[in-house]
Amino acid sequence: MIRLLIFLASLLFASSSLAASTPASKDQNNLASTTTPKTLKDLYFGEALYYAFQGDWFDSIARLDTELGQFHGLDEPELDSLYYHINQAEFAVGDFELAYRMHYRAGRAITAVIEGNVEEPVRNEAIFRLARIYFQKDQPENALHAVERIRGTVPERIRDDLTFLRAQIYLANGRFAEAARILRELQSTKSLEGFATYNLGIALLRDGKEQDGRQYLDRTGQIASNSPSTLAIKDKSNLVLGYKLLDENNFEGAKQVLDRVRLSGPFSNRALLGSGWADVSQERFDRALVPWSILIQREVTDSAVQEAMLAVPYAYAKLNVHSRAALMYGSALDAFGMEVDKLGASIKSIREGRFLQALVREELKQDANWVVKLRNLPETPETYYLLELMASHDFQESLKNYLDLEELRKKLVVWAEDLNAFEEIIGQRRAYYHPLLPEIDREFRRLDSQMRLRLEQRDRVEQRLKGMLVAPRPDYLATAEERIFGEQIAHLEQALYAGGAAVPPEIEARIRRLRGILNWNIYTEYDQRFTEAHKNLRELNQVVELLKMQYTSFVRNRQAATQSYEGYDDVIRRQRLLIQAAEEKVKELMARQGNMLETMAVNELTKRRERLEEFQVKARFALADSYDRATRAESRKKVNQ
Amino acid sequence: MMNSLKMVLLAVSTLLLTFPVCAQEVTKEQIKGLDEQIQEIKTDVLGIAAELNRLEEKLLYPSDTQVAVFVSLASGEKVRLDSVEIQLGGKPVAHHLYTYKELEALQKGGVQRIYTGNIMTGQHALQVTLLGQTAGGTDFKKTESFNVTKDVGPKIVEFTLASQNITLKDW
Repeated sequence: MIRLLIFLASLLFASSSLAASTPASKDQNNLASTTTPKTLKDLYFGEALYYAFQGDWFDSIARLDTELGQFHGLDEPELDSLYYHINQAEFAVGDFELAYRMHYRAGRAITAVIEGNVEEPVRNEAIFRLARIYFQKDQPENALHAVERIRGTVPERIRDDLTFLRAQIYLANGRFAEAARILRELQSTKSLEGFATYNLGIALLRDGKEQDGRQYLDRTGQIASNSPSTLAIKDKSNLVLGYKLLDENNFEGAKQVLDRVRLSGPFSNRALLGSGWADVSQERFDRALVPWSILIQREVTDSAVQEAMLAVPYAYAKLNVHSRAALMYGSALDAFGMEVDKLGASIKSIREGRFLQALVREELKQDANWVVKLRNLPETPETYYLLELMASHDFQESLKNYLDLEELRKKLVVWAEDLNAFEEIIGQRRAYYHPLLPEIDREFRRLDSQMRLRLEQRDRVEQRLKGMLVAPRPDYLATAEERIFGEQIAHLEQALYAGGAAVPPEIEARIRRLRGILNWNIYTEYDQRFTEAHKNLRELNQVVELLKMQYTSFVRNRQAATQSYEGYDDVIRRQRLLIQAAEEKVKELMARQGNMLETMAVNELTKRRERLEEFQVKARFALADSYDRATRAESRKKVNQ
Repeated sequence: MMNSLKMVLLAVSTLLLTFPVCAQEVTKEQIKGLDEQIQEIKTDVLGIAAELNRLEEKLLYPSDTQVAVFVSLASGEKVRLDSVEIQLGGKPVAHHLYTYKELEALQKGGVQRIYTGNIMTGQHALQVTLLGQTAGGTDFKKTESFNVTKDVGPKIVEFTLASQNITLKDW
C-alpha cells in the first residue's frame, strides 16, 4: 500500500511531469513546428531545413546563423532571397536552438521578431513560440506572462496549439479551474485527441473535483484510435487511474482499468503488475497468475518483472502449490543472482570508464533504436541497463549533453586540421603568385596606359564625328595621303610667295588645280567617308567593349589572385586560438559530464542491486518455507495413503 | 509467512525508493550549472562554425568561380532515392548514397547541397544520374544532361526529382 502511494505520488504530484504535452511540442526530435515553405525561394534556407529534419541541429543552426548574419548585414535586404522567409527563418532558428537544448539562446531571435515592425498575426505567433520555449524550459511564470501578451488575430494553424499551451501553462501555475475550462473547449479537437481529455482529468483532480477528474481519465482510457501517441496517452491514463483505484481499495475497478493497458506499450509492465496485485487483494490468486505469468517472461532488468518473479511463487503458495512455488522461488533466486552479478559487472565496467566509450560509438547513431541495440551487445555489460537509466529525465538530458559535447569535440579536431590545410593552400598560392605578379603588374601598367591613350583617341574621334553631324568638316576625313598632298601644296605655295617675287601664272594655275583636285575628292567623297567613319567607329566600339570586358576580367582575376592568399593570417590565427580554447573547455566539460553520468548510473544500479539483494534474502526464506511446506504436504499425503 | 513476505517486499521497495543509499549524489543545481556551461560552449562553437564557413567560402570558393549544386524532391514524391552522381565537364565531381534519415529530410522538403566547387565563366556540361526505387518497388536509373552558363558571380543550380523526371532550375 505504501508503495502504491509512493508510485501514485510520483505520477500525480510531480510538478511538470504528469500533465501530458502533445508529441509535437514535447518531442524535440520531431520538428513539427518548422515546416518547409510552400514555395522555397532560398536554397540555403532549404539546406538548413534538410539538416533540421534529420535532427542535425548543430549544422542546421550553423547554416541558418550564417544566412541570417549575411542577411542582416545587407544594405538592401529586401533584394535577398531569404527576405521571403525571414520570419520563418527567425522562428526556425529558435526552434532549432531549443531542440539542441540551448534554452538560454532560444527565444533571442523570436524576441527580435516580437519587438520588430511586424504584423499582428506574426507577432502573436512569435509570442506563442516564446511562451512555449519558457514552458519547456520549466519557467511557467514567464510562459504565463508571455501568453497573456497575445492580442488580436492569431494564425489559424496555431490556434489549437496555443489554446492547449495556455491550459498547460495554467496547470503549471496552479490555476487548475481555468485550465479545466480551456481544456473542455478542446475536447473535440482531433489533433489533441487524448491529450486534452487526459489533461482535463488531471486539472480536475488537482482542482479537487475527484469524480469529474476520474471520469475524464476513464474517458481517455477508452479512446479508440490508431495514432501511436494517442494510444500512449490512453495507456498512461489507464495506468494512473488504475493505481488510484488500487489505492482506494477499489480492486475490481482497478483491475478493469489496468487490463485496458496495451500489452505492447511502454506502461504494460506496471499495468500487468498492478493488475495482479488487484487480483491478489481480492484473494483471487489464480487470476493474479495470468498477468504475472506474462510479466515474468519479459526483460529481467525491469523492476516490475523482478517483483513479479517473487509475486508469482507467492501466489502459487497461496494456492497451496508449494512445490511449484519452491521451484519458482529457486528460479527467481537464480535470475536475481545473475542480475546481481550483471549489475556488479555493469557498475565495475562503468567505473572503469567503458560506459562512456560505448556511448560514443559512431556506428550506433545511424540507427534510431541505437539505445536498444547497445543494450543487447554481449560484451558491453556497462550498457545492459541503459534503457532503464534513460527513463530518468536528468540522465537522458545529461546523456544528450555528453553526446553533443563529443560531437563538438570531433568537429573542433577536424577544424584544427582544416586550418592547417588552409594555411598550406595559402602558402602554395603565395609561392605561385608572388613571383609572377610583379611582371604581370608591370605589363598591365604598360598595356593600361596604351589602352587609356587609345580610348581617349577613340573618344575624341567620336566627339568630332558627333560635331560633324551639325557642322560638316570634310577636311577631318581627308586621308593621310591627301593631308600629305595638302601640306606639300601649302609648302609649295609658301615657297613660291616667300621671296616676294611674282608667281608665274601657269605655276599658280597648276597649284590651284592641284588644290582643286584635292578638295574635289575630299568634298565629293565626304558623305561616303562620313558613313564609313561611323561604321568603323561602331566596329571599333565593339572591339573596345571586348577590350573592356577583358580588362574588367583581368582586374577581377588580379584582385582574386591577391585575395587568394592575403588577408587570412589574422583570421586563421584568431580561429586557431578560439578552437584551442574551445577544445580545452569541451574536454573539461566532457570529463565533468561523463563523471556525472557515471555517478548517476552507478547510483541507480547500486540501488537496483541492493533492492535485488533484499529480494534474494526474502526469496531464500520464502524458498525454504515453500520447500518445507511441500515436504510436509508430501509426507501427509503418504501417511493418508 | 506469505503475507509477511508481501509486506516485506513492499516495505523494502518503499525504503529503497525513499532513502537511496549511494556514495555520491548528483544535485539538481549541479546538473543545471553544468548544463548552462554546456550551452555556453555550444554558442562559442557555433560562432566558430559561422566564421569558419565564411572563411572557407572566401578561401576555397570565391564568388567569381563558385558553383553550388542542390538536390531536392518534388512535393509528395514517394520515390526512394538511393544515390546521386554529378558530373561536370565530363568528370565526376560528387557522388552521394542516401541514408533513410536523409531521404526523409528530402521528402519533407529539405534541400541538399550536394556539391560546391569552382568553374570558369562560360558554358559547362552538367550531368546528373539518379538511382532509386519507385513507390511500386521497381528499380530505376535516370540520367540527364544539361548545359549551364557560368557568368561572373556565384552559380546555383537545383535538380528536382519528380515522377522519375529530373528538372534543372537555374537560380
